[in-house]
Amino acid sequence: MVELSLTQIVPFLLLAARWTLLLSAIAFVGGGVGATLLLLWRYGAPRVGGRATSLFIQLFQGTPLLLQLFLVFFGLPMIGIDVTPLMAAGVALTLYASAFLAEIWRGCVDSIPRGQWDASDSLGMTFLIQMRYVILPQSLRIAIPPTVGFLVQLLKSTALASIVGFNELTRSGQIVANATFQPFIVYGLVALIYFAMCYPLTVGSRVLERRLRTAR
Amino acid sequence: MPLPPDAATPMIEMRHVNKWYGDFQVLKDISLSVSKGERVVICGPSGSGKSTAIRCINRLEQHQQGQIFVEGVELTDKVKNIEHVRREVGMVFQQFNLVPHLTILDNLTLAPRRVRKQSRKEAEARAMQYLERVKIAEQAHKYPSQLSGGQQQRVAIARSLCMEPHILLFDEPTSALDPEMIKEVLDVMVSLAEDHMTMICVTHEMGFARTVADKIVFMDHGQIIEMAPPQEFFTAPRNPRTQLFLSQVLSH
Repeated sequence: MVELSLTQIVPFLLLAARWTLLLSAIAFVGGGVGATLLLLWRYGAPRVGGRATSLFIQLFQGTPLLLQLFLVFFGLPMIGIDVTPLMAAGVALTLYASAFLAEIWRGCVDSIPRGQWDASDSLGMTFLIQMRYVILPQSLRIAIPPTVGFLVQLLKSTALASIVGFNELTRSGQIVANATFQPFIVYGLVALIYFAMCYPLTVGSRVLERRLRTAR
Repeated sequence: MPLPPDAATPMIEMRHVNKWYGDFQVLKDISLSVSKGERVVICGPSGSGKSTAIRCINRLEQHQQGQIFVEGVELTDKVKNIEHVRREVGMVFQQFNLVPHLTILDNLTLAPRRVRKQSRKEAEARAMQYLERVKIAEQAHKYPSQLSGGQQQRVAIARSLCMEPHILLFDEPTSALDPEMIKEVLDVMVSLAEDHMTMICVTHEMGFARTVADKIVFMDHGQIIEMAPPQEFFTAPRNPRTQLFLSQVLSH
């Protein structure tokens, strides 16, 4: 057993939380880009793209994130790609977030009245112009609450990366708890730090929503 | 590219067009020819396929058999042809379909700028000119939700005009409007008709049909039942179904 004071534990955990934030950022940016591409493919080429994207989404929605992490972490080395735990977790979470965000955003795009498509079609707009200026801006407003909800989930899901040995907040918590034999206090602190990261997202979403509502 | 249409080429030609939704046949052997400057009104009971018929002309709906030519260009799966036709054919919808997050002016300039590649200045100047024409220029900086239905529909007409189309399609443009707003929209349509815009209107406004149409088409159950100039159509309809329809819409 190691004697550690709170003034030593807290900074240690906070430093580890940086990695949680980094991993969340990678997953969210990667997932956002991935989901946008899936979405464009789906609506741009309804036949092939529609089927392919729905298969992708079902695969990732239908399997546990933990297994996806394992498959990337152990699978990529088998085809000759060396992965660090951060890379593996980044790739797996990006794929996972792409699938979920694509599905969330699809629902938002589908909720735009058909007349908006008809009108922009009838003005001769190409698919990309139509998406960029007519459909997506309207979808965005609807998409904020479910997107932020998922973002919060995603941030908490990065805890799973501790299992492939990525030294983020949860894993650091484990290390400290094992060393100090004070699991309740340590894990309590870990939970508080997660809360401190998620809460601002929820508040920010509410503010953004209100601002967009008054903007119309 | 298609050859430039000469005077003899009809603006729109539908030849034996058939269309099904699953097993249900919505259009049955539709043949219709519209020449330059001609004003055609399509009427008929609801569910008779009249909206579907005009939505085929700019390929918002696909036909399965027959041919449709717009200014000599055939509508097929070819995206190039579809985009070409859509740039030349404007459409006004029952529900206006303005873009809610853009101002009136931005609604009008969006397609000219992005599709026709006009500069902002040029597009805005033209937009203001068409807003004047539909008598609503003072609303240019408002959002669609701040306007009445009649005003929104006039904006929608101006938006179509900004693309300087050769043909305008109207799909029940006054059906979603309160009675007191119908006139302001019809006035705009009449003035377009007087300027010899080629137009096809699906409408229940028989007064409008009588005064501006060159030709009235009556549809029922996906078929064209009768096609005649207004004088003949209203005074001496030949088909019993036309007679029944007219007795219903004109009885009030």
